[in-house]
Amino acid sequence: MAKIVVDPITRIEGHLRIEAEIEDGKIKDAWSSSTMFRGIEKILKGRDPRDAWYWTQRFCGVCTTVHSIASIRAVEDALKIKIPPNAQLIRNIIIGIQGVQDHVIHFYHLHALDWVDITSALKADPVKTAALAASISDWPNNSATHFKAVQEKLKAFVGTGRLGPFSNAYWGHPAYKLPPEANLMATAHYLEALEWQKEVIKIHAILGSKNPHPQTFLVGGMSIPVDPDSQNALNADKLITIKRLLAKAQDFVEKVYIPDLLAIASFYKDWAAIGGGVGNFMSFGEFPDPISGNLWFPPGAIMNKDISKLLPVDQQKITEYVDHSWYEYQEGQGKGLHPWKGESEAKYTGPKPPYEFLDTDKKYSWVKAPRYDEAPMEVGPLARILVAYVAGHKESKAAVDMVLGKLGVGPAALFSTLGRTAARGIDALLIARQTPVWLDALIANIGKGDYRIHANEMWDPKTWPAEASGYGWHEAPRGALGHWIKIKDQKIYNYQAVVPSTWNASPRDAKGQRGPYESALVGTPVAKPDQPLEILRTIHSFDPCLACAVHVTDANGNELVRVKVS
Amino acid sequence: MDREKKDKQKKEGFSVARMLEERGVSRRDFLKFCSTVTAAMALPATMAPKVAQALDKVQRPPLVWLEFQDCCGDTEALLRSANPTVGELVLDILSVDYHETIMAAAGHQAEANLEKTVKEFQGKYLCVVEGSIPMKEGGAYGCVGGKSHLARAKQVCGSAAATIAVGTCASYGGIAAAAPNPTGAVGVKEAVPGATVINLPGCPCNADNLTAVVVHFLTFGKLPNLDSHGRPLFAYGKRIHDNCERRPHFDAGQYVEHWGDDAHRKGHCLYKMGCKGPATFHNCPTQRFNEKVSWPVAAGHGCVGCSEPQFWDTSPLYRRLPNVPGFGIEQNADKIGLAFAAGVGGAFAIHGAMNALRKDKDGTDENKKDGEE
Repeated sequence: MAKIVVDPITRIEGHLRIEAEIEDGKIKDAWSSSTMFRGIEKILKGRDPRDAWYWTQRFCGVCTTVHSIASIRAVEDALKIKIPPNAQLIRNIIIGIQGVQDHVIHFYHLHALDWVDITSALKADPVKTAALAASISDWPNNSATHFKAVQEKLKAFVGTGRLGPFSNAYWGHPAYKLPPEANLMATAHYLEALEWQKEVIKIHAILGSKNPHPQTFLVGGMSIPVDPDSQNALNADKLITIKRLLAKAQDFVEKVYIPDLLAIASFYKDWAAIGGGVGNFMSFGEFPDPISGNLWFPPGAIMNKDISKLLPVDQQKITEYVDHSWYEYQEGQGKGLHPWKGESEAKYTGPKPPYEFLDTDKKYSWVKAPRYDEAPMEVGPLARILVAYVAGHKESKAAVDMVLGKLGVGPAALFSTLGRTAARGIDALLIARQTPVWLDALIANIGKGDYRIHANEMWDPKTWPAEASGYGWHEAPRGALGHWIKIKDQKIYNYQAVVPSTWNASPRDAKGQRGPYESALVGTPVAKPDQPLEILRTIHSFDPCLACAVHVTDANGNELVRVKVS
Repeated sequence: MDREKKDKQKKEGFSVARMLEERGVSRRDFLKFCSTVTAAMALPATMAPKVAQALDKVQRPPLVWLEFQDCCGDTEALLRSANPTVGELVLDILSVDYHETIMAAAGHQAEANLEKTVKEFQGKYLCVVEGSIPMKEGGAYGCVGGKSHLARAKQVCGSAAATIAVGTCASYGGIAAAAPNPTGAVGVKEAVPGATVINLPGCPCNADNLTAVVVHFLTFGKLPNLDSHGRPLFAYGKRIHDNCERRPHFDAGQYVEHWGDDAHRKGHCLYKMGCKGPATFHNCPTQRFNEKVSWPVAAGHGCVGCSEPQFWDTSPLYRRLPNVPGFGIEQNADKIGLAFAAGVGGAFAIHGAMNALRKDKDGTDENKKDGEE
C-alpha cells in the first residue's frame, strides 16, 4: 500500500506533517504529527502570574489575542477578580475583530488556493466575470475594468517566468472545478482581502497598541485608558474610527466573503460528503455580557452527530493522553490526566532526523491527545455554530438556514470538509454583525460617566492567597481553548493549556481512537497521490494552528531555573 | 506585448520599477514610495533619488523565508506592512520563492522550490528566518520535511547573500530560550556562525524595519551598519526613553500609580508601572505600528523591552527597572540605558533584575516609594 507524506503542510501556522495510506484512490488511514516543540509552559514555572498572558500570547502569532484572553481569565478566576464593564466590552471587541479578520485571511490566503486555480484566471473573460460577480453581490469593486486590471497584473507577473509563492503548486489538477471567471473573481478578492485585513485590524492598534501581539491586556482589566476629555485615552475620535473600521469589516464579509464562499461551494458540493471526522463537537461559548456574564454564543457539546441533543460542557471531564505523543507520564501511559494533574516530560523516541517516515505504530507527534469524557472532539467554527444552532441561538439559526438554503442542502451537509469551511464564513458573519453591538454598549457606558478599566484591588501580589487555582476558557476563532493555572507564593506553580489545534490535530489515544484530522482524512479521495490536493482541502478546512498545539508541563513544580549571573 | 519585447524582458529580467509600471503603479507613486522607505531607514530625504535609481535596476531578487521555532507573529507583521505593502513586496519587489505560510505548493513540491532557489541563486538570494533553532536531541525538537531546523538553517542561511533574523527568537533564541531553555534554542547567528546575519528583534519585529532593511540591501548592495547586538542602527540606535512622547512627564515627575487613575488617563509616564523604555533600544515611538496608529506606551501599557537580548529572563512586565534610586532624574535612566547598551552591561542588568526578584521573594516591597529603600 502506498504511504505518502505531506510535510510541510503549507498555508497554516506551525509545523504539521501528514502521513497517509492510500488504497484504490482513497485514504485508508492517516496520521497527524506536529514536528516542533518549545516547552513554553515549563518555562512559565516560577514567573509572575500577571505576566503569563504575555508569554502565552507567544504560543501563536496568528491567534494573536486568544491565549492572552484565556490566560488573564485563568488568573482572574484563581483570584476571584471581577473586571469592570468597559474592560469586558473592550475585550469583546478585540475578540470579535480578531475572529472576523482571521477567518477572512484563512479563507482567501490559506484555504482558497485549494479550490481556486489562479492560472485558470488568465483565461477568464473580465466582462463575464463582472456579470458573475454582479449576480451574487453589489460590491462596488466588481467591475469589468477592475477584473481586467487584475488579470493584466497577473499576466505581467506570470510573464516574468518567476511565480514566487505560486510556483510548483497543483495548478491544472483535475480536482479544480471552477470556471475561469470564478477563478478570476476569487483571485481579485484574494488581493483585495490582503489590503482589507491590514486596515480592519487597526482596531487592535487603537485598543491594543499594535497587531500582531497587542499589548494592553492586564489581569483585572485592560491598560487602555478611557476618558473622552483626554487625547491620551479612548475618546470619541478613537471610538468613531473603530466604528468605521467595524462597518468596513462587516461590509466585506457580507458583500465579498459570503457571496464568494457560496459561489465556490456551489461547484464543490461533493465535498459536503467528504471529511466528516469524529462527529463529536464541543464549544465553550463566548462573549460574556458585561453585567450578567451570560454568553452570547452558548456553550455545549454534541456527540455522534446527534443534533437532537445538546450536552453541557464540564471542564473536569477533559483529560490528555500521551500514548502516541513524545512525552512520559510518571505512572506510565494508558491513562489520561486532567490538566490540573497534568504531568509530563518531553521524551523524543522518534527517528533521528533526517528521516523519511515516522514510526506511526508508536509515538509520532509533539501534540498530546486530549479527550472529553474519553472521546475525541472536534472544535472550531463548525462546533461553535452547530452548538449554537442546536441551542436555538436566534442569529446563528437564521444564518445557518440562509447558507443551507442557498446551497440547497440539509444540515447533514455540515458534517464535512465543505461544512467546516461554510461554518467559518457563518461564524465571521455573525461576529461581524455582533461586534458593533459591543461597541455601542461601550460608548453608552462611557457616556454614563463610567471610565473604569481595571479592578485594582488584587493587583499587588501581596493581597493574594498563598495558593490559588484558576481555569480560563475562551472560544477562539479555531475553537475551544482552556488554560489552567496553579499559583503558589505569588508565582506560577503549574500552567497547562489545551488549545483548539491540540484537540483537532490530536494523534491516537490509548484506545487507538484517531484524532479529528486523522478521522476526517479517512475515505478522502486522492486522484493523484503525487499531488495530494484533497488532503490539503480537508486539513485546511480545520484551519490548523500548530505552534500553540504543542506544550508541556511539569507537575513537580520545580522552581524556575535561575539565570546565571556573571 | 509583442513576443520580441517579451523575450527581451525575460532575458534582462524585470526591474522593480518596471514591474510596478506593468501593474499600473505610476512613476509618481513609485517615487513617493521611495521617499517613505528612505525615511524609514532614517536616511536624509536627499537619498530618495538614489533609492529610486537603485530600485530601477533591481531585478526581483529571490527571497526565502524559513520558519523554525516560531509563532508566525513576524509573518503576521509582514502581512500588515504598508511601505511597501505585502502585495508589492511579494509580487513586485522580490521573488518570494519559499514561505510556508503563504506559498501555494506543499510537501515535496514546496521543498523542491527551496532547493531550486538555493542551488540556482547560490550566494545571491536573501533569507529571512523566523523562530529559534533547537540544538538539543539531535534537532528532533524542530523538523520540516523530516530535516532538522539546524540542518536547514546551515544549508539555506549558509549560502544566502544575507540572512535577516526577524523577531527576538530568530535573533537571540527568544521565548523558547528562556530559562530553563528546554530545547536548547538559539538564534541564527549562534546556530550558523558563518552566515551573514542582521538581527531585527522585537516581538514581533516591526514590519517597517524589515522592509527598510530589504530596500537598503537592494539600494546599497550591503547591509546597514549594526550595533554590538547585530541590530541596524537606523532602527535600534536610540533608546525608547529618548524618543518617548511621555518623556516630559518622566522629567517632571508625573507618574501613573494605578491602572486607570487620573495620571493614566492623562498620559503620564508609565515608569512606575514597569516600563522598560529607559533600557530598550528601538524606534517604536517614532515608527509605531500598523501604519503609525499606535505603540504600547501610547495605548497605556509600558514598554516590556522585547527587542533586548535576554529580555525574557530579565524583564518582569510590571516590576520597575532595578537600581534606580530616584525618579524624575534623567541621569539615572541614562545610566541604565548605557549599561544595557554596552556589551558588559548585560550582566549588570541581569544581576539587577535577579536582585529585584530575590527581594520580592524575601517579601520586600517591590513597589516601595522613592527614597524608602
